[in-house]
Amino acid sequence: MIGLSHYLTVAAILFVLGVLGIILNRKNVIVILMSIELILLAVNINMVAFSSYLGDLTGQIFGMFILTVAAAEAAIGLAILVLYFRNRGTIAVDQINQMKG
Amino acid sequence: MQPIAESIGIAAPELVLATGAMVLLMLGVFRGNRSLHGLTYGGVIIYAIAGFALLGDAQSELAFDGLYIADDFSAYLKVLIFAAAAICSIIALPYLVRARSDKFEYPVLIMLGALGMSMMVSANDLLSLYIGLELQSLAAYVLAAFHRNEASSSEAGLKYFVLGALASGILLYGVSLVYGFTGTTDFRLLQVAVTETPAVGTVIGLVFILAGLAFKVSAVPFHMWTPDVYQGAPTPVAAFFASAPKAAAMGLLVRVCMDAFGGMMSEWQQIIAFMAIASMVLGAVGAIGQRSIKRLLAYSSINNIGFALIGLAAASELGISGVLFYMAIYLPMTIGAFLVVLSLRGADGRPLDTMNSLKGLSKTRPGLAIALLIFMFSLAGIPPLFGFWPKFAVFNAAIDAEMYVLAVIGVVTSVVGAFYYLRIIKLAYFDEPEGTVLPQESRVNGALLAGIAVFCSPLGLFLMGPITVAAARAARAMLTF
Repeated sequence: MIGLSHYLTVAAILFVLGVLGIILNRKNVIVILMSIELILLAVNINMVAFSSYLGDLTGQIFGMFILTVAAAEAAIGLAILVLYFRNRGTIAVDQINQMKG
Repeated sequence: MQPIAESIGIAAPELVLATGAMVLLMLGVFRGNRSLHGLTYGGVIIYAIAGFALLGDAQSELAFDGLYIADDFSAYLKVLIFAAAAICSIIALPYLVRARSDKFEYPVLIMLGALGMSMMVSANDLLSLYIGLELQSLAAYVLAAFHRNEASSSEAGLKYFVLGALASGILLYGVSLVYGFTGTTDFRLLQVAVTETPAVGTVIGLVFILAGLAFKVSAVPFHMWTPDVYQGAPTPVAAFFASAPKAAAMGLLVRVCMDAFGGMMSEWQQIIAFMAIASMVLGAVGAIGQRSIKRLLAYSSINNIGFALIGLAAASELGISGVLFYMAIYLPMTIGAFLVVLSLRGADGRPLDTMNSLKGLSKTRPGLAIALLIFMFSLAGIPPLFGFWPKFAVFNAAIDAEMYVLAVIGVVTSVVGAFYYLRIIKLAYFDEPEGTVLPQESRVNGALLAGIAVFCSPLGLFLMGPITVAAARAARAMLTF
């Protein structure tokens, strides 16, 4: 029988993978965008699992909101990425270092 | 169910801003970029209307079935947010025109950001908290990358986006845990559900939520985006980032801690006290040796947020009113400091940002140098300038709550911080000029700069009475409802 803890474990694994994907990734900004989606997905699994476990609709409504905002966020992220590529000609993560100190 | 008409009346300021932003956007689309000035001043009128909508009976009211709250606390912060947003859209005009970035989207994005912030301070549910935070952040990402043809601006936008999205992901994960372990997202119900001995999941959720919010106020250890974004983003945008979103996020942090998680005070007090100490120390030490004025101001804002967090760590009515008072004075000081940077233009008309360009400012531009002097002394917290009093208020609250260590560290870092503020004054008053600084090109900006300088000068102390009374009333309204 698959219970709440299984869903929470999957979500926790996805969340950690997403965070590690952002922190450890040294190559490509696109991978970072994918990692962000992974984090939001993990949250959504949590929300829906809790909602079904508690028998309360709030979690699923929250999930719909997260999906919508995630779409807007991805659109803005890609737009900024395109802009950055036009100005610098690269999207390699270790090249994003014009400003530091 | 609450009748929708009643909710609409309570949430009128947000509705004015939302409709206003849409109207401005449509006007901009049909009339093109030449309408930038018209849209900006139209936006100021909309902020004024939204401000008038805040007036009315001072009772605390819930709308949309408890998702939204209108009380003195949110009204106080909304006045600050609307004023800062209006000023930041006006001061940008000459800069945007000169940089050929005079796109009509600028005032619209600022207004959408202000709408998000005003939603943040009125949030009474984790769902409305998230929506407000995201609306503000999405507008801010675009604003950071507003100089479309400049690599540093798009780099700032990209960095802000990646770290901001990570922060909201962490916050959301915390929200999902809190929801799962308490069964509710409503602040009022959370207050009941969260007790002295909370479930482990709730504690982890609270830590994640605080981490996400710490990013928005740029408190250490979630500050690393601040210097890069302030330096890369266009100067008026950096002025906006340093002012209104800080007030909004601080208000949200206060409401989440005191209201929703009031039962777990001993848990979050340690976290907030740590963030306050770390921010004060890092903000004071990091600013030493910076070459870029905008970067220095970024560290200064981290430092100031640390001081404001002292008030929250004290977790008393005195502390909360101290935080509110601090934000009311911090906003004009930081906008004023950025306005000085905005007024610095080299002989070729390009904006200057290096510390060396301040050399001998008292000889080339005496008026600007006096304004700079006032803001720096005020930020350093030297009496009788206005910047001293909010620091006094939060330290007082810390002493009152018997958090002596916090207050002592605050005073020490304040002295360390004075070093780099005084270095700026030394450059401006005791060094020989290097190159020329062109005169102020916009009368409006000059008048705003003078007005803010007078506010921060000892003359502004006449306003201290009303501001402290309003802050105390706002704190009481939030704590007692």
